[in-house]
Amino acid sequence: MAGEPQSLPVTVIGGYLGAGKTTLINHLLRHADGLRLGVLVNDFGELPIDADLIESQDDNVISITGGCMCCSYGSDLIAALRDLDQLPSPPDHLLIETSGVGLPDAIAQSVRLIPRFTIDGVIVVADTETLLKQGADTYIKDTIERQLHAADIVILNKADLTDEETRSETRRWLTGMAPDCRVLESVNAEIPLSVLLGRGLDPLFDREHGAGHIHEHATHEAAIFQVDGPVAPEALAEHLASRELNLVRTKGFVPASDGRLYTLQTVGRRWSVSPAPMQKAEGRIVCITHTPPIDAERIAGIISAVS
Amino acid sequence: MTATTTIYPARRILTMNPANPEATHVAVRDGRVLGAGTLAELAGWGDYDLDERFADKVLMPGLVEGHSHATEGSFWRYVYCGYFDRTDPSGKTWPGLRSIDAVVARLREVNAELGEGDSPISAWGLDPIYFGDVLVSRGDLDRVSTDRPLGIRQASGHIMSVNTKALELSGLLRTGIEHPGIPLDTEGLPTGEMKGPDAMELVAGHVGLDRKVMSADEWGFRQFGRLCVRQGVTTAADLANPLPDDAVDMMLRITGEADYPARIIPLRRFQGVTPRELIDRSRELREKSTDMLRLGRVKIHADGSIQGFTARIRWPGYYNGAPNGLWYATPEQLQEIYELALQHDLLVHTHTNGDEATELMLDTFERALQKFPRADHRFTLQHCQLADTAQFRRMKKLGTCVNLFSNHIFYWGDQHYEKTVGPERAQRMNACATALREGVPLAIHSDAPVTPLGPFFTAWCAVNRETPTGRILGEAERISVADALHAITIGAAYTLKLDHEIGSIEAGKRADFAVLEDDPTMIGEAKLKDVRIWGVVQGGRVFAAADI
Repeated sequence: MAGEPQSLPVTVIGGYLGAGKTTLINHLLRHADGLRLGVLVNDFGELPIDADLIESQDDNVISITGGCMCCSYGSDLIAALRDLDQLPSPPDHLLIETSGVGLPDAIAQSVRLIPRFTIDGVIVVADTETLLKQGADTYIKDTIERQLHAADIVILNKADLTDEETRSETRRWLTGMAPDCRVLESVNAEIPLSVLLGRGLDPLFDREHGAGHIHEHATHEAAIFQVDGPVAPEALAEHLASRELNLVRTKGFVPASDGRLYTLQTVGRRWSVSPAPMQKAEGRIVCITHTPPIDAERIAGIISAVS
Repeated sequence: MTATTTIYPARRILTMNPANPEATHVAVRDGRVLGAGTLAELAGWGDYDLDERFADKVLMPGLVEGHSHATEGSFWRYVYCGYFDRTDPSGKTWPGLRSIDAVVARLREVNAELGEGDSPISAWGLDPIYFGDVLVSRGDLDRVSTDRPLGIRQASGHIMSVNTKALELSGLLRTGIEHPGIPLDTEGLPTGEMKGPDAMELVAGHVGLDRKVMSADEWGFRQFGRLCVRQGVTTAADLANPLPDDAVDMMLRITGEADYPARIIPLRRFQGVTPRELIDRSRELREKSTDMLRLGRVKIHADGSIQGFTARIRWPGYYNGAPNGLWYATPEQLQEIYELALQHDLLVHTHTNGDEATELMLDTFERALQKFPRADHRFTLQHCQLADTAQFRRMKKLGTCVNLFSNHIFYWGDQHYEKTVGPERAQRMNACATALREGVPLAIHSDAPVTPLGPFFTAWCAVNRETPTGRILGEAERISVADALHAITIGAAYTLKLDHEIGSIEAGKRADFAVLEDDPTMIGEAKLKDVRIWGVVQGGRVFAAADI
């Protein structure tokens, strides 16, 4: 694909003031592990980036350890994106933090106006302790609802500050509000980068061994599935994104009946399929859930159903 | 050597000073009013020069525009395409363009003047709402040129219309675009109408309407001063400026020149900074204030606009069923700014178009004021177009002022009646009579460049409440000429905390006068907008509109 700039995946991070958007961004920066993250924030505000991560700072750009960077976009998102697009070595993945009353879907729509950028997913961070109260507030409830409606993944942050009753009540309310999105609980927004951004999964495809569980963790689990025969990629993606499987992310390459290989990706309820840039002999997908165990039998069943 | 005193006799002097409402002469020394009265009374101050050039004129206090934007000056770089006649800084009146064909014809003239080449044509002021809300498409604008990029910023400021060449240069002449701000034609290509800041930004640079050009535009700032003279304005608020250092330096330099004719009050906009940074920056700026440039005031936007359906309004919502609008700041941010401003004695003006935004301002401000009580804070609600009587009563209790957008009644009153908020609430929009009855300090404004700068026109709107179709929108909210004249002088000065210096002609105040050919109290309510303006005296300096 020489000469053609690679598309740059963008994750929009929304949520009301104080929910933990900045905490999440710092967590991801801290665990970027060689991935060059770009961060666009609405304003530089009070410490958008943890001080120990900052290498240098001027009025417009904060340089961050590990080749990451942070800029503010203020009232002009398009200009900020264009500036990023012009960089000699743009970041591998871009995070855009919305303002506290910003609507993540509006940001996502604008990002798509510049061909280089593709929306990877929309994550909305919510404060478990105050979400129900905000959802009932005369002034901001419809803003909160609009933000949640836009989410592929909702992070219920500060889960440790609440009791089980509040958490389950919040989850019930959320299910009514945004039925398709995936809901992850967290403390200090500590969700693994691979789960949220789907990065760092590529080496998994090079493993010698075939299908099986590859990673188990108390809060999430990943599994690889072999896809041998041709499948209908769109149908498979749509199934994998369904609420029933409750997968946070899937990523893979699958052969279709036209003899070509397709890249398949899901982020919460969002799915996409596009022709794969490279050709491989066999198809494989990685599935990640935050509610282990992965229902391997069911996924295998889906794969054969769309074959 | 003692300072010289000049005494001006005039046909009539309306002082707006209730203790001395009328005078035949005014004496000026050191740029200030020495006194207003009879020649005999003023002669007691000693030697004077009698300057009779205003002997057949009517003098009023210099008018105060409490909500405008100095960018009105910058827009005159571009081709005016508005529906109504509008006078440019040089005094030339550009006739309103009453059809798309007329718009195309004017732009064709410009295209012909430009001759060969591919430099862009930049225009402003288009308002298709008066053409029956039709789309002005790239096809229409291609009739002007297919070689040059062409863009028109619409009157609302929220939409840009461009031709095919502009789309092509912006990389937008393609299918597959999905964005609510970019409507598509039957072939799936953009129509040329670009709505909202993101869609506009994609094309703005290609049609010469880049916003950055405006931020510290010296030429435009000078033009704004000329417009002030033509409209009898001696003090104008520049109500929402990000105020970067270069803009502040430029404004300080130009307002410091011997012949800049208007005092400018820029308010620092809350955008791109935290509440604390906003307050710190405003306190820093306050220290840089001069007589002619008053810094250190704050502006916050709580919501959007009514005709753009982005204002936050209470139940029963928009008349056409559109969903509620957008918040531009969180309630927590408003509260924090109010609390900090009260502690540091900074004046805050809050943009609230919809009545829900007004309610939020009152709620948060009430809490802040309980925590940090301060007498005479003069926090002001700007636009505040839909406030009801109960809200005006709360404003009175909380000590807030209001600056209502009376020009809206004329420019978009019919649309508000028919489409946005419906008949009942349209009739209470910009409720000047209710504000006065409930005792809320009142100013009225143009929001130039959204509507033209011109306080007599604004006063005419508040007095008559007439729309272009002849509808009287809310007869009960009409106010008297005397009240309207108060609102455009001392009333507006009060909301800016400058009423002790300007807004009336009385001993000790700045010698700021509007010099008029007609007497606004005699011309008749229906003709208030037609008062002819000779020019101004600003800080004792005489500026004739004809020479500016």
